[in-house]
Amino acid sequence: MSGLLLLIPVAVCLGILALVAFMWALRSGQYEDLEGAGHRILDDDKDKPRPS
Amino acid sequence: MTCCAPGAESFAVQDLSGIETDEEALLALSRKLGDGTRQLEFAVPDAHCASCIRSIETALDAMPQVQSARVNLSRRRVRVVFDPARGSVAEIAPAIVASGYHTHVVDPEAESDGDPVLRELVKALAVAGFAAGNIMLFSVSVWSGAEGATRDLFHWISALIAVPAIAYAGRPFFRSAWRALRVGRTNMDVPISIGVVLAALLSLFETLRSGEHAYFDASTTLLFFLLIGRTLDHLMRERARSAVTNLARLAPRGAVQVLADGRREYVALNDIAPGMELELKAGERVPVDATVLSGASELDYAIVTGETRPLQVGPGSTLMAGANNLSGTLTIRCDKPSEESFLARMAAMMEAAEGAKSSYRRIADRAAAIYAPAVHTLAILTFLGWGVLSGDWHAAILNAVAVLIITCPCALALAVPIVHVVAAGRLFEGGVLMKDGVALERAAQVDGVAFDKTGTLTYGTPRLVRSRTDSDEAMRVAAALAARSTHPLSRALAATLPATPPFAGETTEVAGFGIEGRIGTTVWRLGNARWDGIAGGPEGEGSQVWISRDGQPMGYFEFADEPRADAAAAIAALETAGLPVSILSGDRRETVAALAARLGVADFEAGLLPEDKVAAIHRRGRVMMVGDGINDAPALRAAHVSMAPSTAADIGRSAADFVFTGEKLAAVPFVLGTARRAAAIVRQNIAIAIGYNFIAVPLAVTGHVTPLIAAIAMSGSSIVVVVNALRLRLRGARATAAIEPVGLQPSGVSP
Repeated sequence: MSGLLLLIPVAVCLGILALVAFMWALRSGQYEDLEGAGHRILDDDKDKPRPS
Repeated sequence: MTCCAPGAESFAVQDLSGIETDEEALLALSRKLGDGTRQLEFAVPDAHCASCIRSIETALDAMPQVQSARVNLSRRRVRVVFDPARGSVAEIAPAIVASGYHTHVVDPEAESDGDPVLRELVKALAVAGFAAGNIMLFSVSVWSGAEGATRDLFHWISALIAVPAIAYAGRPFFRSAWRALRVGRTNMDVPISIGVVLAALLSLFETLRSGEHAYFDASTTLLFFLLIGRTLDHLMRERARSAVTNLARLAPRGAVQVLADGRREYVALNDIAPGMELELKAGERVPVDATVLSGASELDYAIVTGETRPLQVGPGSTLMAGANNLSGTLTIRCDKPSEESFLARMAAMMEAAEGAKSSYRRIADRAAAIYAPAVHTLAILTFLGWGVLSGDWHAAILNAVAVLIITCPCALALAVPIVHVVAAGRLFEGGVLMKDGVALERAAQVDGVAFDKTGTLTYGTPRLVRSRTDSDEAMRVAAALAARSTHPLSRALAATLPATPPFAGETTEVAGFGIEGRIGTTVWRLGNARWDGIAGGPEGEGSQVWISRDGQPMGYFEFADEPRADAAAAIAALETAGLPVSILSGDRRETVAALAARLGVADFEAGLLPEDKVAAIHRRGRVMMVGDGINDAPALRAAHVSMAPSTAADIGRSAADFVFTGEKLAAVPFVLGTARRAAAIVRQNIAIAIGYNFIAVPLAVTGHVTPLIAAIAMSGSSIVVVVNALRLRLRGARATAAIEPVGLQPSGVSP
């Protein structure tokens, strides 16, 4: 029984954590362009300074 | 389409037509951000890969006025934040074109920021998923034998999660059910809401008195499944809507006014008053019905009336709003305010034609109207039966609620939308955009197809059909001269003739006549017969363009509006499927008769005004109308279901239920075939859902349903209907569709 008292809150808290993380991702626009995000990882020279 | 290494795509003739370049008009369209910067969205329908993103963004970032540019590949848009103080906004669109992509400004009115409905649905989906997953953990423990205090604890925790989750995630259903009930109707959301709420209340009551059964898992899983269906349905509609908006070339939103002192000033469309003098450049559309004061040009009425030949206009000619000015600059006087113009009259006729379609009721709503009362009666009978026969009113209420839960139309509510979603995906791959699932239901019912001629059965743009030149040199010079001009006939010529080195000498374009080029003392002219004083060549159907050297005719090219390559095949496919085809055109009788004979269509009507087209549609009953012009818009709206090519006028495209991209008319039998197969699968799904009830309901009525059985039965039936809907995607699936041969070939068009 004592195991349950620890495990249940842990399980529910992990669930809530995942829900909060998802809500944050949704709000900050991570799901705005699912297709583009997949392609952007292929673009490797965005980190360099812009050619002027 | 070639994939785009940066800069690999360059256009021989940069297509700047249709791009708004007026500074004031663009500023009026853009949205003000706080710090003096503004934001504008451009559609880039061709962007599709990582280097597309890079070439567009690099090109824009290099401009001084651009603060940030970000491509959204899902929506095929670029969002540009710019500072008008540091450079002209009119340079942005040409910069995108220079980087190799067609583009145009997106009308912000057609575009609300983000998508609040989708956001709400996704949030509700997340909450329902979280609740369903966690509650299921506890439920599995209860089913495996948790008893006494442990079971109570698990029920209590489940209740703590379920009650707020249902209150939050159920809102879309509760709202819709309430809206329907308030006007005295029922829809599928009414039994859903009642089932979910009663299940939650009963479980709460059972938890309070340490009962054995709680249905928290059933009610949250139910919401979760239904929200998945609803979110997919919304995404499908949103994707089609956004793709259609991307096609929209901005209708004229204003015009350049010529003031008394000769200055020019931009006026918005709504502020144009009769009597104003306006300037109309080549490539622009006529904003309001007007009369020409000075200048000469040719006007393309193909999209307005279906007339294929360009019309010569000069001082005194009257113009209809929507026609395209092809060659010269005109000064025109506005005759009617924009709200009385041709375009506005068509919009009014469209609204009047709306009635017939809105009386159509969705299959799902019709099913709900029978289903909901039946289920609720059954639950009450169960309650009374148990109460009277056994005298145990507690068991009676338990069993009555079990009936409501088990009949909660999870499978039935998914049966229709999931088929629409799958069908829309399949149509999308075939180059067809579907605006709403209801259109698919109506498309399965049609018993005939009516086509417009110009731009629908034909390409709507001139194609070279015949030519004769005296020498190879004349041919080469004609190609080189044509490449310098933006006139549609020149563009068609340049596209057809083999590529040549650019014209070596000076060229000048003469409005209303053609283009002239000089090499040394030799004068070459490419233009109409009148210009060179040529009596005219052999009589033909189409327009002729002559090439002459120092006034001597050297040859001619003849253009006509050709029928689409697969028009005859598509019509034959429709006829074999038992759908009679007719042609309704606004063009001249001889032209229509010739085309009808060529395509083997016996039933045609010519010279129709927009209102005649509507009447012709009504006479024919439940037909699908396929058309593209402004004059087709009322008929598109009046028809049982309608379809337009992506090259259609904005107003026609927004009136149509389906929009097909690409050049193939095979899209029409493809849509009708898919609609029939979808309708067959919808019927199967409804049969499955009802069959499930026949097995489950007796169990519930007799009191044999435990939460475990409810969970298995509901998930099982939902999965079965979803899997059945997915059969639509199977390529070779020989379902019950009547239209097969062409119907199974997607028109294979890149988006």
